[in-house]
Amino acid sequence: MQLAVWTYEGPPHVGAMRVAAGMEGLHYVLHAPQGDTYADLLFTMIERRDRRPPVTYTTFEARDLGGDTAALFQTAAREAYDRFRPEAMIVGASCTGELIQDDPAGLAQALGLPVPVVPLELPSYARKENWGAAETFYQIVRALADRTAAPPPREGRRPRAAVLGPTALGFRHRDDVREVRRLLEAMGVDVMLVAPMGARPAEIARIGAADLAVCLYPETAEAACRFLERQFRMPIVRTVPIGMGATRAFLAEVAEKAGVDPAPALRLADTEARLPWWSRSVDSTYLTGKRVFVFGDATHAIALARVAAEEIGFEVAGLGCYNRECARELRAAAARYAVEPLVTDDHLEVEAAVAAAAPELVIGTQMERHIAKRLGIPCAVISAPAHVEDYPARHAPFMGFEGANVLFDTLVHPLVMGLEEHLLAMFRGDFEFHDEAGPSHLASARPAAAPPQAVAQPAVGAPAASGAPPAPGAGAPGPAGPSPGVSGHGAPPAEAAGAGVTWTREAEEELRKIPFFVRGKARRNTEAYVRGRGLGEVTLELLYEAKAHHGR
Amino acid sequence: MTVGPAPACPDPAGAASAARPVLRERGQREVFCGLTGIVWLHRRMPDAFFLVVGSRTCAHLLQSAAGVMIFAEPRFATAIIEERDLAGLADANEELDRVVDRLLARRPDIRTLFLVGSCPSEVIKLDLGVAARRLSARHMPAVRVLSYSGSGIETTFTQGEDACLAALVPEMPEARDAAPRLLVAGTLADIVEDQFRRLFAELGIGEVAFLPPRASRALPPVGPGTRVLLAQPFLGETARALEDRGAVRIEAPFPLGAEGTAGWFLAAAEAFGIDPIRARAVLAPGRARAAQALARHRDTLGGRSVFFFPDSQLEVPLARFLARELGMRLLEVGTPYLHARHLAAELALLPGDVLLSEGQDVDRQLARARALRPDLVVCGLGLANPLEAEGLVTKWSIELVFSPIQGFEQAADLAELFARPLRRRALLRV
Repeated sequence: MQLAVWTYEGPPHVGAMRVAAGMEGLHYVLHAPQGDTYADLLFTMIERRDRRPPVTYTTFEARDLGGDTAALFQTAAREAYDRFRPEAMIVGASCTGELIQDDPAGLAQALGLPVPVVPLELPSYARKENWGAAETFYQIVRALADRTAAPPPREGRRPRAAVLGPTALGFRHRDDVREVRRLLEAMGVDVMLVAPMGARPAEIARIGAADLAVCLYPETAEAACRFLERQFRMPIVRTVPIGMGATRAFLAEVAEKAGVDPAPALRLADTEARLPWWSRSVDSTYLTGKRVFVFGDATHAIALARVAAEEIGFEVAGLGCYNRECARELRAAAARYAVEPLVTDDHLEVEAAVAAAAPELVIGTQMERHIAKRLGIPCAVISAPAHVEDYPARHAPFMGFEGANVLFDTLVHPLVMGLEEHLLAMFRGDFEFHDEAGPSHLASARPAAAPPQAVAQPAVGAPAASGAPPAPGAGAPGPAGPSPGVSGHGAPPAEAAGAGVTWTREAEEELRKIPFFVRGKARRNTEAYVRGRGLGEVTLELLYEAKAHHGR
Repeated sequence: MTVGPAPACPDPAGAASAARPVLRERGQREVFCGLTGIVWLHRRMPDAFFLVVGSRTCAHLLQSAAGVMIFAEPRFATAIIEERDLAGLADANEELDRVVDRLLARRPDIRTLFLVGSCPSEVIKLDLGVAARRLSARHMPAVRVLSYSGSGIETTFTQGEDACLAALVPEMPEARDAAPRLLVAGTLADIVEDQFRRLFAELGIGEVAFLPPRASRALPPVGPGTRVLLAQPFLGETARALEDRGAVRIEAPFPLGAEGTAGWFLAAAEAFGIDPIRARAVLAPGRARAAQALARHRDTLGGRSVFFFPDSQLEVPLARFLARELGMRLLEVGTPYLHARHLAAELALLPGDVLLSEGQDVDRQLARARALRPDLVVCGLGLANPLEAEGLVTKWSIELVFSPIQGFEQAADLAELFARPLRRRALLRV
């Protein structure tokens, strides 16, 4: 048994629902008790879908268990067919349905429905949502694909691509698809099929006629792509175009596999991509070396770590994912940033890791938003699971050149703005710019209650005028960077104890003269230095020794 | 689909509730299971922890239902059954003990731990009652461990609270004497409870206790002198368990709206032998305030038609309130379970021409709603946006469970919940 407060992924049948709700003309009959219909509201509320997911729940009750739940399943399946007239159906069981072992596959087959019925075996007690989505999509493709299909000769026509992986309730899938489609078309590649999102069963049947497939979201499409490789020897594009570099690499890979010139698509960057200049412009200097903790599904986490490190100039202070299926790729990426890979679906473990790393920005999921809020650290949401505010009304892709622009904004906006950071330093002690004021545009970063450390502050910052000493390590990309959210608000739990180091009154007062947004880092660095020397007390002298040490 | 017996004779007042026809349906249900009650129960009893013994689906449900409301580490969790737990029940029990030990070590503030049964735990026949006794023996007096089932195969939404309160009843101390004492059963918001306590005191009803109590271990005594006033209509099991301990239920409408609240307090006053003229005088100011506050909502709601999908079992009293105090026209009042005895006073007040339905076949019910084109549809979150997209105006029913809506001072707030979607629809020019 696993003790779970929050979960990153739902059960595998919710993954199947994401595939079914993404497609058109497909219906899912789910052997499930009352209550499992809660999953409908994920789609209708979080994603604001205007239709119920195409799912019929058999709704068996305790009193049915001794009787004929199999007949209940068959009635539900037949009525669902009669009512919705789907072009194909998928059938399976939720966690409780699995336990009563009614064999939905056999029962559905016995009905002799006039459409293809794809049975799903989704082990609820061993697997999770993403696996369920991938398996469902694979089974649909395997069952429906016409094995005799093949691409027609290339003479006189543009290559055709199948874009695979986007589902209902996917994180920015709607916008990513639009962006990727535009890039492909710019380089002369037609998008023959997007699936599961928007695809009809009949379109999936013709998938073998594609010249190549784009595995846009490996979490949901990798199993189906392997099948296409095996069955049709279809070339698969596996670069995920998140960030400038990856988008260029993606276009190059498509060009190679489709036999086209990538230049027209690459040229779009000249007019559309703003991330490179936004990153180079001087206001962004303050972003240098800010420490970020990245966690999400493996695809987004790995991509965002690369964007953070190479395209924004952050320092990756932690990297992890919740889907074990991609642990290998995640570990390889973590090695590039010399951080310990974190592969877990236990949010308490993630919280402990974030607290220990004391980053200045958390780049994560809805769970990390909760974690970051508790720790007083800004957070950017970059991966499912996400909440309603992460399904924006505007076009906000993560992929392609426009996606890179969106990423710049997404990763930078939660932070204190560069100019404002300078002003805070200049006016510290001013009645508006004291420790508790927080950045003006960021209500969430305001400390909820005056923490003990802040209470101890003189109302007007002590000797503010007397050229305060620079913070130890400030400005230098040291192991710990300035922490606008953390510092001054009491240290995060992992270091709250101070690990046995005390401060002389003199040193403590000097520390308070340091701008609050770097004070936490200064405190950490100094204590680490003092501990490293085997000492137990921070003196004024040691404070400056530590500054010199970390400022190397 | 079956239709109950038609009334023996036309009964415009609807007084012969037993004879009222009820459409009983069986099919796909678009309602939560009983686990969802944890979302408000854990807030009512801050020293209690709810451990669902279930699947990843259960954890996902709780997170989806409660996700936006919880910022701190919540006082509920799921012990997710994994493949190896299914292999042998002895091991499952060992695993459960391990999980509970770990949990209690982390949360020394917990005084009561509820092991909450789920569909999977019921199907594999994991006996949580036995587990609770075993764990209680181990952790008492620090922590009392109880169990109940919130499984979807046995409970619908608010029935989870019923099961939880019923599990508390055997733990209530025996009343020392048969002196009359009032017990109000059903979770109420703290602010509502405080208002009610003041009114009971003014009425002259001395000893009043609430179930569940705010402190989970401060359970009120129960005995033959206990008079139970149900604050919620979904407490069938709880009422029976209290009656088994000698308590007597007071027949009353539910405290929704000015009329329902007055009727509820007057029933209590009568049971305690309080002069009805004096009781009415005590209630008059609150009732007048409620009536005044409700008046402004009558413009928005009067004459409009309303259709209830089943959700919380609050539907009948809510429909009575909308019909009688706001002049709404009731088309269909769907409820997951119609407790005829507990709702007798309510059914007597309901207009005679409304279709009552019990249970659900959601697609059939949607067809009825589409055909009737009600001005307002009260339904769950899974249906609301799809119906809005079809041009209907909806009210999320779950808000009716999570908001303080009982009593005189909240009557207009309750009306506002129904009026706002209509006002918003009239406001928007997009």
